[in-house]
Amino acid sequence: MNSRERVLARVRRAVGDASDSASSSYAQDVPRDYHEQHGARTAAETADLLAENLAEYRALVHRAQEADLPALIARLLAERDADSVLAPAGLPREWLSGVAARLVEDSPDSTPHELDEVTAVVTGCALAVAETGTLVLDGSPDQGRRRITLIPDHHICVVRVPEQLVSSVPQALPRLDPGRPLTWISGPSATSDIELDRVEGVHGPRTLQVILVE
Amino acid sequence: MSGTFVGMPAFPAAAHGAVADRTLRANLRHATHTIRDKRARAVTELDDWAELREAGKQIKDHTLRHLDTYLVQLEEAVVRAGGTVHWAVDADEANSLVTRLVQETGEREVVKVKSMATQEIGLNEALEEAGIRAYETDLAELIVQLGKDRPSHILVPAIHRNRGEIRDIFEHEMASWGRPAPEALADSPAELAEAARLHLREKFLRAKVGISGANFMVAETGTLVILESEGNGRMCLTLPETLISVVGIEKIVPTWRDLEVFLQTLPRSSTAERMNPYTSTWTGTSDSDGPRTFHLVLLDNGRTDTLADEVGRQALRCIRCSACLNVCPVYERAGGHAYGSVYPGPIGAILSPQLRGMGSEIDRSLPYASSLCGACYEVCPVAIDIPEVLVHLRERVAEGGEVVRNGARITVRPAKGHAAERAAMRATAWAFGRPGILRTGQRLASRTRRLHPRKLPGPGKAWGASRDLPEVPQESFRDWWARTDGGKGEVK
Ligand code: SF4
Repeated sequence: MNSRERVLARVRRAVGDASDSASSSYAQDVPRDYHEQHGARTAAETADLLAENLAEYRALVHRAQEADLPALIARLLAERDADSVLAPAGLPREWLSGVAARLVEDSPDSTPHELDEVTAVVTGCALAVAETGTLVLDGSPDQGRRRITLIPDHHICVVRVPEQLVSSVPQALPRLDPGRPLTWISGPSATSDIELDRVEGVHGPRTLQVILVE
Repeated sequence: MSGTFVGMPAFPAAAHGAVADRTLRANLRHATHTIRDKRARAVTELDDWAELREAGKQIKDHTLRHLDTYLVQLEEAVVRAGGTVHWAVDADEANSLVTRLVQETGEREVVKVKSMATQEIGLNEALEEAGIRAYETDLAELIVQLGKDRPSHILVPAIHRNRGEIRDIFEHEMASWGRPAPEALADSPAELAEAARLHLREKFLRAKVGISGANFMVAETGTLVILESEGNGRMCLTLPETLISVVGIEKIVPTWRDLEVFLQTLPRSSTAERMNPYTSTWTGTSDSDGPRTFHLVLLDNGRTDTLADEVGRQALRCIRCSACLNVCPVYERAGGHAYGSVYPGPIGAILSPQLRGMGSEIDRSLPYASSLCGACYEVCPVAIDIPEVLVHLRERVAEGGEVVRNGARITVRPAKGHAAERAAMRATAWAFGRPGILRTGQRLASRTRRLHPRKLPGPGKAWGASRDLPEVPQESFRDWWARTDGGKGEVK
């Protein structure tokens, strides 16, 4: 008997013969009496809640109209002296039309060391969750590979509201494709490992700026 | 390499050392009280917490009841998505599997995401024997590794160290592991975190092999999920060419939708946040994004033995949030190391003796490392009735009985020197008819209180003020109790 068979045999002996099948009993076994979302909100209130929760976890939140986006992105990058900016292939190029910094393409050939030289990254997102203050990236063309939002120290993420906004985690999951690698981001990276003092920015981008585009 | 738990003294002796250490106790007290208060606020925010908790419990119970079905389903899904699945009956098999997989890449070093499962099996030590260096990348794990120390808390493993000690460890040890600590390193948490960032970044950027555990595995999709805060997880999951995940077989949930429960309950129970900074999910491998090779090692190592125990199996619902540690009066006094296992606190007291069997003195004493106050059950996001399991395991120690070890049903004899427990358990059995009855109805803790309505006298008040004298029938534990003034730590 190989280890696979051995483990499975032990499981079956341990639980005995389940009289029901997993698929037939699942729905009955699992009560879902919890809320689909917490409280009712208008679209505007949902956007406000997202902004509030993002800010509480030290993301910097900005709101803009689509037309003002290029100027805002250019300003945010310049304020932090970005000299190079990663841009995923599917990011609308007009968003970066005012950017003075050197543009770096998201390429499978760049090495982690090369990405480490880049100062900032601008991406879109798959969706945002208001109740938890979370952005979800799924690697779509306007978001790029996972590593580009990880190695540079400054991440600007654009969220379209209300289209990309949901209230709650239960509303988020059905809109996401588990087959794609997902990154859920709720504020910049943080640690409380030293005497429980919260320090923002350990390995991920230390600055997370979120632009809500209405 | 960090120390191992082999040869640890039994709980009372180890706890005796810990309660005497003022720094440790002050750190622990500060930590557990801070987190528990924050957690309570984070939980109150959700008016459907009870329903989420019930759903989490039922999802896990359903999964355990059909674990064979879901393991096979998971395996198929992972393979379909380009991954390779391996099975390990015990720690030795898992360690040699992982060692071989690393050797096949030709690499001599790996970066690791904090993982309880790999600590449980002693993977770092096994890799070291094979000449492979494993770098821990979670800040607390780094502190533990550089300090040749053992973790003392599930969530904040270096909570027994204060900033001055951490500064000294970085200053003395970083150089022999890679990039040295910056000159004139101060002891502010921000500077220490920056030192860790610089030290680890060179390792992330050149890493070819990453090793992780997982918080959840979704059977229907083959997706693995890791929740973290620092970004070291994302580094290890996305930069290396090869990713090896070692995961206990109980970490499965049936469906993608099930995550909607645990992604709400785990962060709030654990770090007291609405959501932790980073959560990564991945399914096999993806074209030109992240590792090209993915291995999943499914680990038994005592889990199926635990599953065979109808009362004890609920410990397998645990999602390792650490909430039970932070409310436990015994943990607060004794510290994590006293539990002699990577799983400290109330969950450790019921999980370690089941995973390892009760062959050692420490594993036989762990079920007594509790006052049965019930606080752990109240906070547990998957409603594990830890006091019920503790009493059940005490009965096993005192009375012996049938258990499953390494897949075989055996009868254990009552432990020597546990005559007092035998008497206590007989009394319990007499009072409650059958142990099975304990599983239902009124809370066990209050029952125990009625049964032993004695208050701690005198200086024991600090601990016993609102709590009745814990049932502590084991001789050595009682000795410890007396010496330490009911856990107050006035040891000379
Ligand atoms: S037993 Fe419950 S409270 Fe304790 S770590 Fe596990 S899930 Fe959390």
